Amino acid sequence: MAALRGAAARFRGRAPGGARGAAGRQRYDLLVIGGGSGGLACAKEAAQLGKKVAVLDYVEPSPRGTRWGLGGTCVNVGCIPKKLMHQAALLGGMIRDAPHYGWRVAQAPHDWATMADAVQNHVKSLNWGHRVQLQDRKVKYLNVKASFVDMHTVCGVSKGGEETLLSAEHIVIATGGRPRYPTHIEGALEYGITRSCCPVPTSPSLALLNCLADVALECAGFLTGLGLDTTVMIRSVPLRAFDQQMALLVTEHMAGHGTRVLRGCAPERVEKLPDQQLRVTWVDLASDRKDAGTFDTVLWAIGRVPETASLNLEKAGVRTNPVTGKILVDAQEATSIPHIYAIGDVAEGRPELTPTAIMAGRLLAQRLSGRTSDLMDYSSVPTTVFTPLEYGCVGLSEEAAVARHGEEHVEVYHAFYKPLEYTVPQRDASQCYVKMVCLREPPQLVLGLHFLGPNAGEVTQGFALGIKCGASFQQVIRTVGIHPTCAEEVAKLRISKRSG
Amino acid sequence: MDCSPPGSSTLSRPGRGSSPSRRLGNVRGAAGPSSPPGRRACPPAPGASRLSRAAREELRRRLLGLIEGHRVVIFSKTYCPHSTRVKELFSSLGVDCNILELDQVDEGASVQEVLSEMTNQRTVPSIFVNRVHVGGCDHTFQAHQSGLLQQLLQQDLAYDYDLIVIGGGSGGLSCAQEAAVLGRKVMVLDFVVPSPRGTAWGLGGTCVNVGCIPKKLMHQAALLGQALTDSRKFGWEYSQQVRHSWATMTEAIQSHVGSLSWGRRLALRENAVTYVNSYGEFVEHHKVKVSRRPGIRSVCEVCFAFFKFVIATGQRPRYLGIPGDREYCITSDDLFSLPYCPGTTLVVGASYVALECAGFLAGLGLEVTVMVRSVLLRGFDQEMAEKVGASMQQLGVRFLRKFVPVEVQQLEKGLPGRLKVVAKSTDGTETMEGVYNTVLLAIGRDSCTKKLGLEKIGVNISEKTGKIPVNGEEQTSVPYVYAVGDVLEGKPQLTPVAVRAGKLLARRLFGGRSEKCDYVNVPTVVFTPLEYGCCGYSEEKAGEVCQAENLGVYHTLFWPLEWTVACRDNNTCYAKIICNKLDNDRVIGFHVLGPNAGEITQGFAAAMKCGLTKQLLDATIGIHPTCGEVFTTLEITKASGLDITQKGC
Repeated sequence: MAALRGAAARFRGRAPGGARGAAGRQRYDLLVIGGGSGGLACAKEAAQLGKKVAVLDYVEPSPRGTRWGLGGTCVNVGCIPKKLMHQAALLGGMIRDAPHYGWRVAQAPHDWATMADAVQNHVKSLNWGHRVQLQDRKVKYLNVKASFVDMHTVCGVSKGGEETLLSAEHIVIATGGRPRYPTHIEGALEYGITRSCCPVPTSPSLALLNCLADVALECAGFLTGLGLDTTVMIRSVPLRAFDQQMALLVTEHMAGHGTRVLRGCAPERVEKLPDQQLRVTWVDLASDRKDAGTFDTVLWAIGRVPETASLNLEKAGVRTNPVTGKILVDAQEATSIPHIYAIGDVAEGRPELTPTAIMAGRLLAQRLSGRTSDLMDYSSVPTTVFTPLEYGCVGLSEEAAVARHGEEHVEVYHAFYKPLEYTVPQRDASQCYVKMVCLREPPQLVLGLHFLGPNAGEVTQGFALGIKCGASFQQVIRTVGIHPTCAEEVAKLRISKRSG
Repeated sequence: MDCSPPGSSTLSRPGRGSSPSRRLGNVRGAAGPSSPPGRRACPPAPGASRLSRAAREELRRRLLGLIEGHRVVIFSKTYCPHSTRVKELFSSLGVDCNILELDQVDEGASVQEVLSEMTNQRTVPSIFVNRVHVGGCDHTFQAHQSGLLQQLLQQDLAYDYDLIVIGGGSGGLSCAQEAAVLGRKVMVLDFVVPSPRGTAWGLGGTCVNVGCIPKKLMHQAALLGQALTDSRKFGWEYSQQVRHSWATMTEAIQSHVGSLSWGRRLALRENAVTYVNSYGEFVEHHKVKVSRRPGIRSVCEVCFAFFKFVIATGQRPRYLGIPGDREYCITSDDLFSLPYCPGTTLVVGASYVALECAGFLAGLGLEVTVMVRSVLLRGFDQEMAEKVGASMQQLGVRFLRKFVPVEVQQLEKGLPGRLKVVAKSTDGTETMEGVYNTVLLAIGRDSCTKKLGLEKIGVNISEKTGKIPVNGEEQTSVPYVYAVGDVLEGKPQLTPVAVRAGKLLARRLFGGRSEKCDYVNVPTVVFTPLEYGCCGYSEEKAGEVCQAENLGVYHTLFWPLEWTVACRDNNTCYAKIICNKLDNDRVIGFHVLGPNAGEITQGFAAAMKCGLTKQLLDATIGIHPTCGEVFTTLEITKASGLDITQKGC
């Protein structure tokens, strides 16, 4: 061990070339395990700064056999395909609006395969783009499954079973997470799918989603929007980590637009019927009454488990949280072993968001290269849930603000509004809502912003900056609105909840 | 109305004496210096106090209370001969006066300072009768001679309204509503002179009837056309060639506009604002003649508003002044309610109105040509303007640069008919002809300030622009006349600006508040097919203000995720920020060209209000996947000259 560490230390700062060391192992300045958003950003940044970097990426096929290329969850089975399918569903809504605006178009059926192909083509082009970028920056990419041999050495096993030993001065774990299957439920693994399997070639004509997370509501939203009969089953509360008033409005909107929402229910069994349909039995937790229904597809979206099982973390001495399975990290993203780091969804207590992983990865690479000492700031991270009515938020929820500052110190300004575009097709705008959570004492610092409506993502981004700048309520409302947009509703907020 | 003493000791109100005049303020301290001879009125003492904002606000509130609580208030100085004359005048009329001798109270200088802010008159005496600021000594004697003063003194007859607003657009209505909410009696005069083609509309002004609202809805109709094309790529199946019905669209839009206009009327009624669908014209000081048509005296009623007037008459489209323009051409005033599809259209002009109209007409499937005399979107960032133009060209809009029409002839009547347009090159003698169904003029707008009788009361109007210059409080050269909205000289012509300015004006006039409208960093969006949003300086203007070498300009092209599957061009959308290197890399200009630019820009505008810097942009986490997140990852400066094109499809 000591000799090995010495070798690694001697390697410090050496230029690329001479990859194989004496023991037949490849040596690098930086080894990144996991080729998702965070890992790739870290690898590319480090390479840009002159480090010799390798990325190890391997996608374990889902129970249904779905696998994908380089780029991780976001690109392959997360943000990108999700937003595109969300867009497909929105376009369905626009087709319904179009006749009101003078377009002579009949309501059209939707073809799942056309959409899935188009989405997959884009995803593949992104996979390819990531590989090209790694090549451009001379980052070694290995399609191998990684596990630690010791704290400086990682063994990569290729699909063919070929083993490669790699060692590096710094190792970054960015393996992310994978959907959780409710293995205690009979039939769940055999017959259910997760979001990873979403680009299934055939259209699920009836779907049951079982949810905890934003993922479930997003999927249910676009499936409904594409014309499928969709049911969401929620055990307790939807969007638990979010502002609960907003979460309620989100589900209310979905229920009002064709998604069947079963609250307070838990599935018990999934069986396949002779006609290939799936029969799901569930129990209503309040009344203890059992019920059942048949579906074409059952999608599990009950959360994600960190992908750490095959890493042999104990051999390196990296500690994890025994409950969540996530890797414990400090503010420097370092694990219990100082030269091993973890970023992205696999790290304990981090928001599971692509842009945070990217920024954390880049900052980490810069720190490792001595370019900066800046730490990643995980506060005030804006995010958007792409439900049919999008929900964008940044900062504290109303509950969190009250818990932190006390109810008497929090002022909440809010308004329902009607987007101009909704008027002509007479769309229902009863859930379009915006609320700003502020401190009550002047200058009324803004603690959180919550926006429910079309293009919430675009609306929220700029205000996230405002909050970062320490915006006060006065400053926000002194900003002149852009007429006519939905975003101007934020600048028009005047009524506080307290005033009624 | 109860008037609390403006100050505990210095401004306390003495007991009622036998004298017809009451003195406000005790006669404490040494007598002031004797009046310098030959002065017409007494200016504030040198070295007037510098008041804190809060103290100023408080004093202002107290003065308003004083003015509103008494029939006659005279701000005077004991040694001022003009003050004495005025006091004698009121005494001879047997009128009870409340007098505040500014040289006898501790806060005299401050009072005079705040008073001059309120009235634009720096000198004493300053006379208020029934809340009306009559003016100084000369004004009072003039008013006495004309009989105005007597009218003013008969309190019940003295005025019909506290405020008359001329013009029922966004700015005027917001001012009227707010004043009404503050308990004032308000009248709104609104009359739409029909366009040369006979188009007229209801209450609400340009924005609601022939501006933002119908425009954005037609823009949305055009976007839906694009969405229909996209949707096939996203799996929605329909094969037939989709056609657009102009009539269906305009009916739907007009019905929404009608409901908004009706809503405005209801809102006025609820707040007990008198709305008169008539033309208002000043005939003399404090008097407005109300008539159905400008210049016709038939249905004529004279109204008095002895408190304040607000001019909010806005602007109307300009005509070219060439043969055939008024007869055959339409403007944006006519377009949104045009009963027939305009067909092949020539848009004349390069203002944002011109480009927006050209954009949505093209989006609805019409053949559109834009004739431009010189530059696109004058006043906007020219790099962005050219990119807007290029994106429209991609959609099939034809641009004729450096040409101006010289004649429009009708070839054929009809709905639409056929028009021949003769145009001349701006840098040569070359002429060209074209045949179109419709010619839409969008070459600019003229302020509606000419027929208001403003010259009769001495309100200054800019010779060149026809606009009304105002001070920071929206006050014109005549102290009791204010102006808001598009008629203002040198202010942004935007609905939310007018709304804000109108509301704040009412609060300053009637609510004892002092907040002024902030015209800096006003965000705006041009709703061309690819929307263009901006806030702060253009690159040209930033260069003038901060010197080009001190600017850091970061930019990138971007490809919205929704465009990928739709196979739309990957190097059209563009983001740019301009930072001032000398000021901590503060963002002083924000520009975005892309879908939903309006929604994106709003938040950034708020952030710029809070002092956004490049460092903060870099430290903020993007929302993935959106267009707005592109601003959190800007790395390439223009100076570096690095490639910003997006690779791959």
